[in-house]
Amino acid sequence: MSRPDSFAANLRETFRRDQVFGPLRPGTRPVSPGHLDTGGKHILYMEDVTVSFDGFKALNDLTLYIEPGELRCIIGPNGAGKSTMMDVITGKTRPDTGVCYFGQTLDLTAMSETDIATAGIGRKFQKPTVFPEHTALENLELAMAGPKGTWHALLKPVTGEQRDWMASTLDTVGLLGERDRLAGALSHGQKQWLEIAMVLMQKPELLLVDEPIAGMTRQEVERTAELLQGLAGEHSVMVVEHDMEFIRSIANTVTVLHQGSVLAEGSMQQVQNDPKVIEVYLGESSS
Amino acid sequence: MRHSDFKTALTDHAAKLFLGVLFGAVIIVALLNLLVPADSALHVSSYTVTLLGKYLCYALLALALDLVWGYCGILSLGHGAFFALGGYAMGMYLMRQIGDRGVYGNPELPDFMVFLNWDQLPWYWHGFDHFGFALLMVGLVPGVLAFVFGWLAFRSRVTGVYLSIITQALTYALMLAFFRNELGFGGNNGLTDFKDILGFSLQADGTRVALLLASALALGGAFVLCRWITGTRLGRTVMAVRDAESRARFLGYRTEHYKLWVFTLSAVLAGIAGALYVPQVGIINPGEFSPLNSIELVVWVAVGGRATLYGAVIGAILVNYGKTVFTGVMPEAWLFALGGLFVAVTVFLPQGLVGLAKNLARKKKTEKDEEAHHEPA
Ligand SMILES: Nc1ncnc2c1ncn2[C@@H]1O[C@H](COP(=O)(O)OP(=O)(O)OP(=O)(O)O)[C@@H](O)[C@H]1O
Ligand SMILES: [Mg+2]
Repeated sequence: MSRPDSFAANLRETFRRDQVFGPLRPGTRPVSPGHLDTGGKHILYMEDVTVSFDGFKALNDLTLYIEPGELRCIIGPNGAGKSTMMDVITGKTRPDTGVCYFGQTLDLTAMSETDIATAGIGRKFQKPTVFPEHTALENLELAMAGPKGTWHALLKPVTGEQRDWMASTLDTVGLLGERDRLAGALSHGQKQWLEIAMVLMQKPELLLVDEPIAGMTRQEVERTAELLQGLAGEHSVMVVEHDMEFIRSIANTVTVLHQGSVLAEGSMQQVQNDPKVIEVYLGESSS
Repeated sequence: MRHSDFKTALTDHAAKLFLGVLFGAVIIVALLNLLVPADSALHVSSYTVTLLGKYLCYALLALALDLVWGYCGILSLGHGAFFALGGYAMGMYLMRQIGDRGVYGNPELPDFMVFLNWDQLPWYWHGFDHFGFALLMVGLVPGVLAFVFGWLAFRSRVTGVYLSIITQALTYALMLAFFRNELGFGGNNGLTDFKDILGFSLQADGTRVALLLASALALGGAFVLCRWITGTRLGRTVMAVRDAESRARFLGYRTEHYKLWVFTLSAVLAGIAGALYVPQVGIINPGEFSPLNSIELVVWVAVGGRATLYGAVIGAILVNYGKTVFTGVMPEAWLFALGGLFVAVTVFLPQGLVGLAKNLARKKKTEKDEEAHHEPA
C-alpha cells in the first residue's frame, strides 16, 4: 500500500466539511507529516474516530488524548472497542471518519503499519503473537530497533552490544533461561512476556499493551505491574486490561470505553464512583 | 542465534557433507566416463553423464523454489518460467554458434528465421553471439521479470492461493507467447540442432563432462549462497514474514521488500539452472513453460522436504530418477504416479523425506533414553 499523497490529505483535512476550521480547534494540530514531534501537550490525539463493520459501530466518535510519559489504563466490557482502537492507532484498521495523530505531525490514518511502527509505536497484541518457529532470542532480534532494510539485514550481523541488550531484556522478563527455545513451545504466560520484551526492543515512544496478564501467575502479574510502571515517564504506555485489581495497582488515569466511545475518564477513584460506569461495567462485575 | 558469514556457510558440517557427496559423485562419474574404456563394466556412458547433469539442473531449480516457498512461504507455481527463460537465453547463444552450418547454410540467420522468410535478425537477438552477454541475460531476464512481477504482486498484497494462481497464469501466458512464430524464438519447435558451446562440440564426451561439472559447481555454489543467506538476519526475517507477515509489519519491516528480494534471487537461480539444462538436453521449446512443469517442481520440493535446502535437492533427484525409471516401464502412468505421490506426501509426510528422517532419528533417541531410564529400576 502506498502512502496517499500527503498534500492532498492535508488539504482534505483542512477543508473537512463536518467541522469549521478543524485545525484551529484546541487540541487538534495541523498537519505536515514528517518526523515525530512530541513538543505539544499530547503525544497521541484521537478525535471523533468512528469505525464501523457492516453498519455496526465498533468505535463511535471516540476522542482520547495521551500525554507524553503517561501510563493510561483503558477498561471496558467485552466488545467495547478497546482492541479496535489500537487497530486504528497501529494502522491495522482505517477509521471511517476522525483524526488520529501521533505527536504534532504524523497522521496515523495515512501511514502504513510499517511506517507507524518505525515512527515509534509498539504493540503487544491481545492474543500473543510471537514468531513460533524462531527462538525467544531471535524474536527479540527481529523486534530490535534499528534499520529494517534487506541489505542491512543481510550484511550487518548483530553487534555484541545488541546481543547484551537482548540478553538483558530477556532477563528483565525472566526468559533468559528460555533464550534458545522456540517461541511456539513457550507457555501462554511466557509468550505474553516474550511479546512484552519484543515491544521493549522496539524502543517505542508509545507502547500499546493489550491484556498483558492473561495466563500469568500472581508473581508474574506483579512483575508486569512493576515493569509497566517503570516504563512510564520515559515512554507513554496505554494498557488495556480487564483485571480490576491489576488496574488499581498501576493506574493514574483510567479511561472507560463503552460501545465505542469514552464513557468516563479520571482517577480510579472517580471512575469507580461514576454512576454511569457502575451501571455498565463495574456494576456487572461486582454484582 | 548464528549470523552465518560466507566462510561458515562453506565450511560447516552440513555444507561439507553436501559438497563432499555432490563433488565426490560427480568426479567419480566423470573419471569413469573419461578414463575407463567403453567395454569395461565400470564404464559410465555419456548418456548417464548427461542424465546426471540434467538431475543437477533440476536440483538447482528445486533449491531456487525452496528458497521462496520453504523459507518465504511464497508458493510459486510459475518457477518453470524463469527456468525456461534462462534456457532460452542460453539457447539463443547456442543458435548463434551454429553459424552457417544450418540446413539453409545462412551465416546471418538461424534456420527457423530463414524458413519464415525473415531478412534480418530481430533486435533482441543481437549480442547473443557473445557468451558473456548471453550469461548476463541468463540472470537478467528472469531476474527483471521476477522483480517487476513481484513488485506489482507483493505491493498489492496478493498472497496465498491468489499469488499461486497468477504465477501459474504467468508461465501459461509465456508458453502461449513462445508458441507463436512471430515472436522470433522458433515457435513450437523452439531452439535446437545446437552444434557447440564456446567452440567445443556438444557431442564430445569432454564437453558433456564439463557441463556436468559446471552444473555441480552451480548447484554447490547456490547451496552455499542460500545457506549463507538463510543463516543471516535477512533469512530469519524472511522466515518471520512466512510465519506471520502482518506481525512483521507491526515491527516496522517492509515485508514486500523482503519477499521481492528473495523472489528475484530465486528467479535468477532458476534461470541459471535452465541455462545449464539446455546445452545438455540439446533443445529448448515452449513446452518448458508448461504449467505442469512448475507443478512437478513443487512436488519435488514437497517430497524432499521444505526449508532445508538439501531436502529440495534430494527430492528433485529422487523424483526425477523415479520418473526416468517409471517412464521407461509405463510412460502413460507417470502423471498418475506423480499425483499420487503428491497426495501421499501432503497427507503422510508434510515435512517430506527429510522430516521423516528427522522424526525417525528423534524416536530412536527417545527410545534409547527411555531404555536408559528403565535399566536402573
Ligand atoms: N474485523 C472485524 N469485523 C467485524 N467486527 C469486528 C471486527 N473487529 C472487531 N469487531 C467487533 O467490534 C467490536 C469491538 O471489538 P474489540 O475487539 O475492539 O473489543 P474489545 O473492547 O477489545 O473487547 P475484548 O475485551 O473482548 O477484547 C466487537 O463487537 C467485535 O465483534
Ligand atoms: Mg480486545
